[in-house]
Amino acid sequence: MSGYIVVAAVLGAGVLLVTAAMLARSLLAPRAPVPAKLTTYESGVDPVGEGWAQTKVRYFVFAFLYVIFAVDAVYLYPWATIIRDADLGLASLVEMGIFIAVVVLGLAHAARRGLLRWV
Amino acid sequence: MSGLTWLEVVLRAVAVLAAFLVLPLLVGQTEHKVMAHMQGRLGPMYAGGFHGWAQLLADGIKFVQKEDVVPARADRSAFRLAPGVALVPYLVALAVIPLAPGVVGAKVDASALLVLAVIGVGIIGTLMAGWASANKYSLLGAMRAAAQLVSYELPMVLVVASVALAAGTLSLVGIAQAWTPWWLLWQLPGALVFFVAGLAELQRVPFDMPVADSEIVFGPYTEYTGLRFAFFLLAEYAGIVVMALLFAVLFLGGWAGPWAATVGWLWTLLKGLVLAVVVIWFRVSWPRLREDQLQRLAWVWLVPIALLQLAVTAVGVVMMR
Repeated sequence: MSGYIVVAAVLGAGVLLVTAAMLARSLLAPRAPVPAKLTTYESGVDPVGEGWAQTKVRYFVFAFLYVIFAVDAVYLYPWATIIRDADLGLASLVEMGIFIAVVVLGLAHAARRGLLRWV
Repeated sequence: MSGLTWLEVVLRAVAVLAAFLVLPLLVGQTEHKVMAHMQGRLGPMYAGGFHGWAQLLADGIKFVQKEDVVPARADRSAFRLAPGVALVPYLVALAVIPLAPGVVGAKVDASALLVLAVIGVGIIGTLMAGWASANKYSLLGAMRAAAQLVSYELPMVLVVASVALAAGTLSLVGIAQAWTPWWLLWQLPGALVFFVAGLAELQRVPFDMPVADSEIVFGPYTEYTGLRFAFFLLAEYAGIVVMALLFAVLFLGGWAGPWAATVGWLWTLLKGLVLAVVVIWFRVSWPRLREDQLQRLAWVWLVPIALLQLAVTAVGVVMMR
């Protein structure tokens, strides 16, 4: 467990680094806010409409696909550590073959229904 | 606490922090110089005297003195927090990557899993930056970044599972110790997938759609100035260091080489440096992919290749047992 204490200490060091850097910046950097400077940047012209615009629903589809596949991928990690066990080596190989085949089938289905095409 | 004094914990954290502040600058300076020479220029020559070695330090001092502008429309707290969220995960990742069996910041059993988990957190910083800026370019960039990172995270997770399977452990030290030159052939498809996916995770050329400066003006980072902007740049170079060292440990045996017992850590660093130069080389020689080509590459090529690699590894492990 002691390794994780070091990880926590490194995380603390990172937070400290960011805080110290921001402190140094607030001491050194000038501050002169004027309304024109604080407007949203839009290549030099005045910003048009809302900043939070609509985007393509495609992005959502890929996020959705990822969640499904990532949850599947998690199951591979415990398998990686036990496949050398002589008692269940071949059986686990066959089972994981079926598992991967199901994942590939899902991907092929998504591809066939046109989910992987952008437009 | 088993055998770790508080002093040792603090010293280890400080050592990791020092590596985190030095290695990205080394890669950055290498990029300045290698890129310049590939393009028939000299690169920085003045700062520090000798071939501009202090250029990035001078840049840092310049960034600290620049005004920090938070746009009036921005979501202030998320906007301010984003650079830290993007930067710190790479620091934590660096802490568990071993340079040699004894030379590692934090000895953790499932370090391969931990590295993948914390690298995934970094993307939230980019997404926060893009959303909180309330800028159209930034939002587009953040959406592209999120879609790209989730798509390329998957093949990366799969090929790391493949090497973990080949070694029979989730520990990075264990994986590098189980490595043999035979892996260069056996794990070759996985290594290529890991490299491409790593390049995409870093949003480096040819996968720099999210920050495409010529179309969406640096995407999520458009509204950032001064030190907060510099933090995003530092995160990018720290990311190169983490990915290059991770590749060296997972696929190139890390410290494997002559006199590994004494200078093993140097081998890991050298292999990482060579990979970092390849990453820089790509930036100089490749055009940017389009968004649809980028998603297609991930789902139609990388994911199936990664699954195939997994099957090949599993069969190999059971056959040779």
